[in-house]
Order: sequence, then C-alpha cells, then structure tokens
Amino acid sequence: MKLLRRLLDRQAHHFEPGGRLEKLYALWEAQDTILYTPGQVTAGPSHVRDGLDLKRMMMTVVIALAGCVYMAFYNTGYQANLAIAAGAPHLDTWQTAAVEALGLGFAPDDWLACVVHGGLYYLPVLVVTMAVGGFWEMLFASVRRHEVSEGFLVTGMLFPLIMPPTVPLWQVALGVTFGVVVGKEIFGGTGMNVMNPALVGRAFLFFAYPAEHSGDTVWVAAQTSPDGVSGATLLAQATLGGSPAVTEAVNTWDAFIGLVPGSMGETSVIACLAGALVLIVTGVGSWRIMASVAVGTGAMALLLNQIGSDTNPFFDVAPAWHFLLGGWAFGTVYMATDPVSAPAAPGGQYVYGLLIGLLVVLIRVVNPAYPEGMMLAILFMNLFAPLIDWVAVQANIRRRRARHAR
Amino acid sequence: MEHYINLAVKAVFVENMALAFFLGMCSFLAVSRQVKTAFGLGVAVIFVLTITVPMNNLIYTRLLQPGALAWLHPSLAEQDLSFLGFLTYIGTIAAMVQIVEMTLDRFAPPLHAALGIFLPLIAVNCAILGASLFMVERSYTLAESTVFGLGSGIGWALAIIALAGIRERLRYSNPPPALRGLGLTFILVGLMALGFMAFGGVQL
Repeated sequence: MKLLRRLLDRQAHHFEPGGRLEKLYALWEAQDTILYTPGQVTAGPSHVRDGLDLKRMMMTVVIALAGCVYMAFYNTGYQANLAIAAGAPHLDTWQTAAVEALGLGFAPDDWLACVVHGGLYYLPVLVVTMAVGGFWEMLFASVRRHEVSEGFLVTGMLFPLIMPPTVPLWQVALGVTFGVVVGKEIFGGTGMNVMNPALVGRAFLFFAYPAEHSGDTVWVAAQTSPDGVSGATLLAQATLGGSPAVTEAVNTWDAFIGLVPGSMGETSVIACLAGALVLIVTGVGSWRIMASVAVGTGAMALLLNQIGSDTNPFFDVAPAWHFLLGGWAFGTVYMATDPVSAPAAPGGQYVYGLLIGLLVVLIRVVNPAYPEGMMLAILFMNLFAPLIDWVAVQANIRRRRARHAR
Repeated sequence: MEHYINLAVKAVFVENMALAFFLGMCSFLAVSRQVKTAFGLGVAVIFVLTITVPMNNLIYTRLLQPGALAWLHPSLAEQDLSFLGFLTYIGTIAAMVQIVEMTLDRFAPPLHAALGIFLPLIAVNCAILGASLFMVERSYTLAESTVFGLGSGIGWALAIIALAGIRERLRYSNPPPALRGLGLTFILVGLMALGFMAFGGVQL
C-alpha cells in the first residue's frame, strides 16, 4: 500500500496547478479519492465532525442496492428463460449467441443459466451508463474545475436498474447524457440539481422513445407478443383486467420476491426492503419519506376502492397490490429519498411523501397511458420540493418571531 | 358534478396554461424570482381569469356569436359580430385588471407595491386572453367557463409558485456562467413541463 501511495504522490505534481497535465486534475483527484481517503479537513469556523461524508453516503446507497442488482442479473434471465420455455422465440441478439456458445441453455430452473443470461443484458447497460455518464462528469469537472463527485455512482447504479432489458444501448447513452447534463451538471453538479438525474434521464427516454420503453413486449428478453407468450407487466394487466387479472397471472409470493416481468432491477420488493433497512439504519435515507409514501399510497388506494368505477377495473385493485406492483418499492426506497431532490425539513418530508403516494395511485389508475406512475409521481413532486422547504422555513421564522416577540 | 371536477382537473394539470401551452411566459419568467411575489401574481391571475372568462362567455353568447343578437330584435338574428372577439375580450380583460389594481391599491397596499408594474402586465398576458379564446373554441357554457377559468388560473399559479420555489433554491447552485439567469430558467421550465407530462392522457 505504501508503495502505491508513494507512486501516486510522486506523480501528483503533474496535475497540480502549473503542472503539465493541469487540465486533467479532476481525473487525477477522482482516482486518488477512490483509492485513498483524502487527508484535508475543513479549515474554517464551521467544522462539522462526522464520518458520514458525501462519499460514504453514496457508497452506502450503492451497497443498499446490492439486492436489486442481484435481481437484475437473476430475474432478467429468469423471465427470459421462462418465456422461452413457454414457447417464445429467442431474441435475435448477440446475447443469445453467447449463451448458446457457452452451452448453458435456456432452462428457467437452472440458476447459472438465468444469471448469465440476465447478466448479458444487464452488464452492457451498466457499462454504457457508467462510461457515458462518467465521461460527461469528467468533462464538466475538468472544464469547470470542480471535483468529480461520487454522486454519479448512485445515478449510474440506479439508471440501468430502471431500464427495460431490451433497451438499445444507444438510447441508454442518450438517456444518461440527458440525465447527467441537463438534469444535473448545468445546475452546477451534485447537490445543486432540482430533479433526480436518473429519473430525468428515464423520463426523457420514456417520452421520446415510447416504443422501446413502454408497452407489453419490451420487459422480457425474448420475443413476446400479445397472442403468443405474454410479456406484459403486472401493472399493464391490472389496467386491463383489475385485481382478477393480477391474481391470476402471479401469486403474491412471486410478486413479493420480484419474479415478474418489469424493469431490470425494480421488480423485487424484498430486495428493496433490505435496501430500505440499510438506508434507515445508517440514516442515509429518510424513513419519514418512505413511511409517508406508504401511507399516502394505501390511503389513496382505499379511497379509490370505495369510489369504484364501472369502466376502469384498476379502481378495485387492493392497496396491498399497489405496494407489490411495478417500481413502487424501488421508487419509494431509492428515488423518493434522494436527499438532493427531496425536501430537507422533516415536516416537509411527510407532506412530500404523502403527495407522492397519492399521485402514484392516481396516475396508475386514471392514466391508462402510463401504468407505471412511480417515476412520474416522484418527478412531479421533485418540482415542488423546494416550495415545501420554503414553506417550512417561513413557518419556522414565524414561530421564532412569535416566541421572541415582546 | 363529475363533469366539472373533470374539467377543473384537466385545466389545472393536463392542459396547464404555463407548462402545456406555454402561455403567459413573459410574466411567468419575469416574476418568478421570489415565492412571495409569484404567489401574489398567481392569486391575481386566478382572480382575473375566474372573472374574465365567464364575462367574455356572456359577451360572446349574448352579443357576438352568430345570431346572438336575436333577443334584441328579430331582424338582427342574421348578424354575426364574432369578428369583434379579440377587441372585446382584450377590452374586458383590461377593464378587469384596472379594477383589480385599484382594489389592491386600496385594500392590500403591500401586495400592490410588490406587484408594481406586473399587474398591468396581466392585461396583455396571453394566458388570460388564451383562456377566453379556448372558451370560445370549445364552446363552454357559462358554468363550464367559470370552472375552466378558475382551473386555468390555479394551474398557472401552481406552476409559477413552484418555479419561484425552485429559483429561490437555485441561488445556491453554480451553473455555467453562460446559463445564469434566464437561460437556466428556460431549461428549468422545460424540465417542469416534463414533470407535468405525467398527467397527459388522464381519463377521469
């Protein structure tokens, strides 16, 4: 270790101001802080002593995502193999050729075959996201002379997990470019953005290329079709047939574990629960937001159950299913709690979470065009988070003024 | 009843004046620096829209639309005064804004001081005229146009208050020099429109 440190120190002067490679300082600094904890401490009167710096915070989220990443490997392959076993033709891609070359076959009950098949879809998306997003991050850091922040690691982990398995890689590059540049960097980088960059990129792709990001054929890496083997997500089925269609398609346990078609890493409720535990115990994610999203969703679902509808079967779907379907758990745990785009005031977080919960059910139920309401609900509330904070601050000012008034 | 709720929700979220039609942009961008002033302008717009749209509806159905003058004299049943539409609507709106300004001046001087030049700006705000024209185009009844005016106003106010909240927070951001100020605000409004697209296609 000492040897490496000495090697790094000997090269450092090239990158410092006046050195030959001054312009690449951001790159140098990034690899240095990834390998070693930086030694500088704050040299001012406001000195917060806490081991939880931005880097550790972001790494905690990445660790909390482990279960979802595992499901991205396993479930992506499992769903594809399941569809293939049921008679759907293979996709005509290099992934199919690779699995055949390895001789693993496409059996859904073969754990290794599923993981390898899924990984062949998930890993390229992850690599493209990291490479393209990292490139923009580096470019802005070098030109604008700020440091590369670990914030991108989280965006780069989240973004592939909310992509459908069959997404073309050029769209992944485009989406992450939009998310990182327009969603974050033009505001000044990590901590200054208004909306969650991963969600901005996802929403951009969703509205710009609906054919590859919605519908019934993109969620399983096999040739599914309405007449043949169905690849529709449970939410799409709920839109068409309500509760009976969902309970017929899948049992509660499978939906809970996440063995259902959907975006690569967002289907599993149990993996998100494990992540939520990590985030709450370490204090990185706000339990207030998670709890109030759950309350809002449950309340709205119950209300819509009461209202009922003759034409829209989704009105009758029980609250419990709203928690299990689609990206609800993933969005609640990892997206809604994003400390940058959520309100900071504790009271505001309850309001924010409640409104997300209400909106997600509302969008799912009354907006048949977008059965996946979670992403849109969070994005919408991101817009109002600064306002919620503003109200909280004003209320506090008023309270203190009243207390000190003589 | 359900029909009116539907209409209001549509006017507030789905067909938001500011973020779906991009109407009233000048004051939307100019007065969104502070939440307090944005709130004042938003309330003024709600008020003006709720009054002018039904008023213009009355004018249109009783005076301007083809055959509307029949109640005056049977020989006027053939008359079509709808070419006077733009002129009349703008006139009504300008008069209304004047009344609102005088009322504010009398009863809420701080708000009047805060809004200053922007209140007369509402008179030529395209969101206000736009709502009246949409009302004519979609041939709303009087009750419908009241709900539509109120809904459009609330939608516009919601959008400008949210934008002001974000812009107050953006003071702590560090955008590239070329984008500071209006440039970033334009992009921000685009991103907000992306957020509001969540409601596109809502069926109640």
